[in-house]
Amino acid sequence: MSCVSLTRTARRLLGICGSAWLAAGLSGCSYALMDPHGPIGRQEKLILIDSTVIMLAIVIPVIIATLVFAWWYRAGNAKAVRHLDWDYSGRIEFIVWAIPALVILFLGGIAWISSHDLDPPRPLQANTAPLDVDVVALDWKWLFIYPDAGVASVNKLVLPVGTPVRFHMTSAGVMNSFFIPQLGSQLYTMAGMDTRLNLLVDDPGTYRGLSAQFSGDGFSDMTFDVNAMPKADFEQWLDGTRTGGGTLDAASYEMLTHPSEREAPHTYGTVSPGIYDAIVAHPGLAPSAAQIEHFESAD
Amino acid sequence: MNTAVLDAEGRPVPLSQRGPASTWSMISFGFWLFLLSDIVIFASLFATYAVLSTATAGGPSGHEIFDLKNVFIETCCLLASSFTCGLMLLSAERRQLKNFYLWALVTWVLGAAFIGLEVTEFSDLVARGYGPTHSAFLSAFFTLVGTHGCHVTSGLLWLLVMVAQVATLGLRTMVVRRLFCFSLFWHALDLVWIGVFTIVYLGAAHA
Amino acid sequence: MLGKLTWAAIPFDQPIPLVSSIVMVCGILAILAFITFKGWWPYLWNEWIKSTDHKRIGVMYMILGLVMLVRGFADAIMMRGQLALAQGGNPGFLPPEHYDQIFSAHGTIMIFFVAMPFVIGLMNFAVPLQLGVRDVAFPVLNSVSFWLTASGVLLVNLSLFIGEFARTGWLAYPPLSELKFSPGVGVDYYLWSLQISGLGTLLAGINFTTTILKMRTTGMSYMRMPIFCWTALASNLLIVAAFPILTATFAMLLLDRYCGFHFFTADMGGNAMMYINLIWCWGHPEVYILILPCFGIFSEVISTFSSKPLFGYHSMVVATMAICILSFIVWLHHFFTMGAGADVNGFFGIATMIIAVPTGVKVFNWLFTMYGGSVRFTVPVYWTIGFMVTFVFGGLTGVLLAVPPADFVLHNSLFLIAHFHNVIIGGVVFGVLAGYTFWFPKAFGFTLDETLGKAIFWCWFIGFYLAFFPLYALGAMGATRRMQHYADPAWQPYMLVAFGGAVLIFIGIGLIAVQLIWSIRTRDRRRDVTGDPWDGRTLEWGTASPPPPWNYAVEPHVHGIDAFWAVKHKGKELHKVSESRYEAEHKPHYETIHMPKSSPVGFISAFFAVCLGFGLIWHIWWLVIFAIVACIGVLLWHAWNTDRDMNITATELEEFDRQHPGLGAQL
Repeated sequence: MSCVSLTRTARRLLGICGSAWLAAGLSGCSYALMDPHGPIGRQEKLILIDSTVIMLAIVIPVIIATLVFAWWYRAGNAKAVRHLDWDYSGRIEFIVWAIPALVILFLGGIAWISSHDLDPPRPLQANTAPLDVDVVALDWKWLFIYPDAGVASVNKLVLPVGTPVRFHMTSAGVMNSFFIPQLGSQLYTMAGMDTRLNLLVDDPGTYRGLSAQFSGDGFSDMTFDVNAMPKADFEQWLDGTRTGGGTLDAASYEMLTHPSEREAPHTYGTVSPGIYDAIVAHPGLAPSAAQIEHFESAD
Repeated sequence: MNTAVLDAEGRPVPLSQRGPASTWSMISFGFWLFLLSDIVIFASLFATYAVLSTATAGGPSGHEIFDLKNVFIETCCLLASSFTCGLMLLSAERRQLKNFYLWALVTWVLGAAFIGLEVTEFSDLVARGYGPTHSAFLSAFFTLVGTHGCHVTSGLLWLLVMVAQVATLGLRTMVVRRLFCFSLFWHALDLVWIGVFTIVYLGAAHA
Repeated sequence: MLGKLTWAAIPFDQPIPLVSSIVMVCGILAILAFITFKGWWPYLWNEWIKSTDHKRIGVMYMILGLVMLVRGFADAIMMRGQLALAQGGNPGFLPPEHYDQIFSAHGTIMIFFVAMPFVIGLMNFAVPLQLGVRDVAFPVLNSVSFWLTASGVLLVNLSLFIGEFARTGWLAYPPLSELKFSPGVGVDYYLWSLQISGLGTLLAGINFTTTILKMRTTGMSYMRMPIFCWTALASNLLIVAAFPILTATFAMLLLDRYCGFHFFTADMGGNAMMYINLIWCWGHPEVYILILPCFGIFSEVISTFSSKPLFGYHSMVVATMAICILSFIVWLHHFFTMGAGADVNGFFGIATMIIAVPTGVKVFNWLFTMYGGSVRFTVPVYWTIGFMVTFVFGGLTGVLLAVPPADFVLHNSLFLIAHFHNVIIGGVVFGVLAGYTFWFPKAFGFTLDETLGKAIFWCWFIGFYLAFFPLYALGAMGATRRMQHYADPAWQPYMLVAFGGAVLIFIGIGLIAVQLIWSIRTRDRRRDVTGDPWDGRTLEWGTASPPPPWNYAVEPHVHGIDAFWAVKHKGKELHKVSESRYEAEHKPHYETIHMPKSSPVGFISAFFAVCLGFGLIWHIWWLVIFAIVACIGVLLWHAWNTDRDMNITATELEEFDRQHPGLGAQL
């Protein structure tokens, strides 16, 4: 097995795979993180690109220097000047500590500032009043409650464009992570906890939502569609859902807590008020009607 | 202090350059490392207890169920046993066999008294319906205090073995080294108990 | 009588585990039968299984790692195959219940039973030799550590054909890992095998920390230690400080599962976030435990094959210890998305970035070690260059993930998977294979075949890029980890390329076996007669290959860094005498030495540990009690055993050195 022929084969293989890769890239598939449709996602995309470019400015020269130094100072190179006892230089030491330190100082500043600007519970500014949505992660589906409108939806999230959405999120049992890649940040949903996330959709369309924290056998199907539409259409949808039937109360919620996979999207026209708070207050259990009533007025 | 070790030019040789340390030095250092790792286990349990101390799930908090009198007697037993353990080790180093057995017995009895009191405390709590399965707080309490109790119990078993070793092998170097390790272990358990006493029992009383 | 164990535990109805189990069991039986037929049992028992020799124990760790690499990689290629197929309506060939076990086993095995044994094995072999001493501080404990790790391996492999493995991922987050959501034995197999092997690792940490701090040869102050020993020290300090957290955390989860406690349950006040904090307080130091010794290997390799001292040795030491300490204050970056708030997230993000500084310093110092040197392109140098090029990119993506809002969109995605494989394969695997090739002649007396070594490198190097760079892209497309299938057809080409990369790595692993077998069969062509095949710099190259059990007949006296290099190049210069007169003036003074005898304690206690683990998993309580009593019995037997040492006479020492002339006698 000669080294040369192996390298040639390796290069050929690389060529095939590389072109397959390029073809896939050029076929217009969506790099969701590079195609955001909300302010949070847009700011995060900027951070991703800027940080990567800054670091590549260091990493690429280092990679090139590694290959160049190794090649130039190879044992067979008669032209290279050897310094076989040289193992310290104060000036170089200073530079090698300083360069990473400066880059990290800069990126650290970005990290601190952006952590505060993009903190999930931070409310978003817009001209319209915010919309509250309560989210419950179940096995293996998502329940979205619209507390002000008194309706709920399973596995389909309908949102008005241009309105800040305030998500309050919890889990019926195991941990999940609520994530809509084209809108921005994900956040864990945990039983007994009420996590807060603020997002906004700029453009109408259908976006993909998923769980980003493994939760068991049905995890891969825990996806949901996000339908973003103009405010007027959204109000229409709410009205249609209210008259569409179905009640989310203690009994129907208890049914939802039974494990199921690939649940078809459906809606509830009436929702027991306080049900979300009751779910948070009784982690891992389906709250009874009495327990829900306890939270009815506590809004 | 260090006996001066000089090199060929008469300069003192630093300790780090004097070659491998003695067996005694290595064993006691290794055992210290082991004790540190044990303390990290306790640190994890303390941290968990601190986080879960308010998670009473509708049940009682520490303030309502701890009996500080009992805890005080337990503490006296354990601290005294640490003192008598020191006396036991001194007797061993001075080759005073009879005193060694005496102080070993007293140490053992005091340690057993501690365990006895702790067992009654636990069984009493369980009988009243406040066992470790009733809330996160109770799970954390029983585990933290119980782990310390398991260590003390292991120590009691170890002490029995050490007495048997002295009786059969005499106070040879290997046995005395192990007695030294035992006493380090015993004193460390005392230290952990002070942490338990303060954070768990006194902490609950002043909550 | 047999607790929860019934015939239903054996996967008669699941073809893949059934076939793999049959293959594994037949393979093991075949090996056992072969050994019996050849009459090798007395040799294996006396020379290897009972051995307290750090060199033998190191070799056994490496063998364990290599065997488990095959098992862990089999899981990997199954995962890649499944994802290459399972797009749209295609269910693939692995149903979720099975796929979930495979990715959980893959992570668990690769970290605990491949990477850890490899790293501990190399430290075992090289550290005492580099320190100029005869063994580690506690040789019997060393044997116990190895065999307890092997117990963990056995239990994990038993789960393949008796019962099931965890379906929770390699860290078993609650509430999913609690009894309510994981009622089977899978999580119990996971927890007990890791508790047992974790104890072995902790004891090894204590052993090596004591060895490095208390047992160096005369003249070897801390700043004259080889850099590999510094990185080994940092790694073992981390083991002593971090592994007890793992023990405590798993103990709490076990109490939840076995005794109905409520540490991490969803109800009764349990707090799953506490588990996540604790487990990552261990988890982050763990990855530094793995990478630091590999940094040390690269330092040794690059300075040896550049014929130049390591650039900035002091700086490297400071950087190593800085990384050691900093690794304890970054753990939250594993769960920025759990909602800790901007101040907390920001602090941990910055702390994580700070750790990149000493790492960057190391990379620059390796660069400047090559600068002005005379670089020989041996296989270990290939691995080192490959590492330097690959690891810095992994570091880039790591610092990217350390910016909390970036993590908000990349957490748990395939981008994350690509990042940590980037640093673990580029760092740990490349480092271990470099160390394996570097120290192989010292262990066995002949070098490995170079051409095959380069082929292995290229397969791994190209295979890695093909397998994982598509995953960076997929992460940016919004693909999450642990999916068993996906809908978007645009993802499939990337999955196919990734599968191709996995196949290439598979060839690389196969070539490792081929290289070993071929090198053994043609070993006479590449014998290492001088003990110094690479023109090495540190003390181990002054011993015979392989070294005698006692390593050094006479304790070496050291006067600076790279002590062996100094002997080779300065000794005769300084004295300006002929070689024979130099040897006559420096004739070593032999004395009888004491060495520890071999001991069956390690193997026997590990055997009972397996019984204990199996009994606990299946609720076979009589077996549990029996195993505990037996372990105590072994401990007591060892406590009363006064016949632990043996003498090696001066004559024997002198005879060995006479038969292996070399510079060793002048150390």
